[in-house]
Amino acid sequence: MSAPVHPVVNAAGSAPAGGAAPLRWLRANLFASWPNALLTLAALWLLWRALPPFVDWAFLDAIWTAPDSKACRAAAGEGACWAFVAEKHRFILFGTYPYEEHWRPAVACVILVGLWAASGLRRLWNWRLVPLWAAGLAAVGVLMWGGVPGLPYVENERWGGLILTLLLTTFGLAIAFPLAILLALGRRSGMPVIQGLCVGFIELVRGVPLISLLFMASVMLPLFLPERVTIDKLLRAQIAMILFAAAYLAEVVRGGLQAIPRGQYEAADALGLSFWEKTLLVVLPQALRISIPPLVNTFIGFFKDTSLVLIIGLFDLLSTVKVSLTEPAWTGFGVEAYLFAALVYFVFCFAMSRYSQSLERELARADAGRRR
Amino acid sequence: MRLSTGDPRLRAAAYQAAALAAVILLGWYLVSNTLANLEARRIASGFAFLGREAGFEIGETSLIAYGAADTYLRALAVGLANTFRVALIGIVAATALGALIGLARLSRNWLVAKLAAAYVEFVRNVPLLVQLFFWYAVITENLPGPREAVEPLPGVFLANRGIFFPVPAWSAVHGWMLAATALGAGAALAHARWARRRQARTGRRPPVLAGAAALLVLPPALAWLAGGAPTRFSVPALAGFNFAGGAHLSPEFAALTAGLIVYTASFIAEIVRAGVLAIDRGQFEAAYALGLRRGLAMRLVVLPQALRAIVPPVTSQYLNLIKNSSLAVAIGYPDLVSIANTTINQTGQAIEGIAIIMAVYLTISLVISALMNWYNARIALKER
Repeated sequence: MSAPVHPVVNAAGSAPAGGAAPLRWLRANLFASWPNALLTLAALWLLWRALPPFVDWAFLDAIWTAPDSKACRAAAGEGACWAFVAEKHRFILFGTYPYEEHWRPAVACVILVGLWAASGLRRLWNWRLVPLWAAGLAAVGVLMWGGVPGLPYVENERWGGLILTLLLTTFGLAIAFPLAILLALGRRSGMPVIQGLCVGFIELVRGVPLISLLFMASVMLPLFLPERVTIDKLLRAQIAMILFAAAYLAEVVRGGLQAIPRGQYEAADALGLSFWEKTLLVVLPQALRISIPPLVNTFIGFFKDTSLVLIIGLFDLLSTVKVSLTEPAWTGFGVEAYLFAALVYFVFCFAMSRYSQSLERELARADAGRRR
Repeated sequence: MRLSTGDPRLRAAAYQAAALAAVILLGWYLVSNTLANLEARRIASGFAFLGREAGFEIGETSLIAYGAADTYLRALAVGLANTFRVALIGIVAATALGALIGLARLSRNWLVAKLAAAYVEFVRNVPLLVQLFFWYAVITENLPGPREAVEPLPGVFLANRGIFFPVPAWSAVHGWMLAATALGAGAALAHARWARRRQARTGRRPPVLAGAAALLVLPPALAWLAGGAPTRFSVPALAGFNFAGGAHLSPEFAALTAGLIVYTASFIAEIVRAGVLAIDRGQFEAAYALGLRRGLAMRLVVLPQALRAIVPPVTSQYLNLIKNSSLAVAIGYPDLVSIANTTINQTGQAIEGIAIIMAVYLTISLVISALMNWYNARIALKER
């Protein structure tokens, strides 16, 4: 920007210096000025120092399959040991679920991912989603628990791995979402007692770390209930996750509610709609539509946060990875193991975040079209 | 005035009474169950255990002296100090790294912008806990033992026992230097105030930055010279199987801070980018029309306005960082949650332990939110 601009020369859109299109692109984007060129060179140098050794380690010198960890130990420091993942992938994905029955959690994973993907299609945003979800979740329940002819019963202490992460996320969000809408409505209701209760709950949950809620669920919840009532660990963690998600989602929904112009409320009142008619037919459809992109971002955060159940001893994806590392033959391959876990989480989160971005653009376009 | 069931005020009162009654009933149910359970398990409730001897050692006690014979209360205080230590370093470093990456993503240099984007996209989409385990594995499994430690800079050693680096050997002069810095900071604040008043009166702005820099640097430097300019450094040296001397960051501390900084920086980068993008293009163009270069236009015109949009979400990232530092328990860094967890396991005082954790974090959250609201009110656009 230091050179004086000559608008007459640049008006035609020609490059300051001639040359082929790629050269022009390089000049404009990488070598526009001296500091810029230096920055490019510094970045290139950094890449040159980092990338080739990484490619060597992760791909060229890596050990992809090996019957045991001896080959990996020999290559320690030179090449990655993906044989660890190859050897342990069944345990990492499905935990201690009976080995011959692994197809069941696998199908359940596909169903859950399919449900989420279907819910992302705007064509399907109508009442048909409700029976679809009900059928899908019922199928997942039957598959995972079994107990019907042909499917032996598997107690949920043996569920683990990717399916547990997906289940915690799905059920957590499915139950937290309606709760969040109620909390958001309560916070904006104008009734002091209800407002106070909702604000108190939301701020309390958002003010403390998720771990403290999980500790509370695992240690304190049994104390809260009568002695004869026992809830298993999975359900307790799920309850904590639901309360946590509900508080965060409620704030997102509240943002959507606040963005609705007053005129919408007044028009609904003028039509003589009752509170629930006004809310369900006029306010919520608009508020939720506005808040979909931030909601998806909250979903992503929640998906990542399910990994914290490891701390209270549940076998989610990260937990199975960590446990695989404790086997004496395979200790010391933590970097490979956690890179693999990172990759799995990344695939899910990145897909969701890309979806959220495209949806945001699409909705903005639709709004612009309508306003015209 | 007649009341009917259709009266909205009556209905509102009825709803609220019902909600309140439900909450009170639920609370009473839970409390009575809890009391019965505690009695059945013979657990005495109350905070008396805080005065008892803790009996466990803590790996990192850099700020508060502590031994196994000290009380639980002191152990928890050590944990809180450790939480603050991580949080403070994390916040400062994550802000710097995040701002750098956010601006890099806006750079007109294609390569730099793409590298920054790749960093943000990858780091944001991987759970923090995975990243913490990764850093911990890098340090404890992939770095060599102290005898073969990597020495990237003279005197700095990276080993699977942590990071060792030289520090100035402590002397009384350093205390004086700290005091001089505090004095200088006070003087710098006063100077900035005076400069603002003078600008309001005369329209001329005295050099604030230069003055502040001089006031911050000169007094400690003078104190150092007056104290005889001690230059002795304590340098880590191999002694037996480990290093002695210098300063030491444990693998747990290093992994936790590295993870928190890298993770939070990616969120701060996005906030900074969004804040700058939210500024109207016309502001840039007006600044260029006044003859400012890109760097100056950014610093003098765009960033001050962008800060208004940046500060509130960044504050909530700071809160997230503080809350996320509780993941320390997973890699064994003795923060507040980790020590409270040990306390719960030893004493069985689950309710009290969790109440302490929640109360501390809630207090931190409320204080920081209050500060943020105060700041927001101060920098809000004053529309006339």
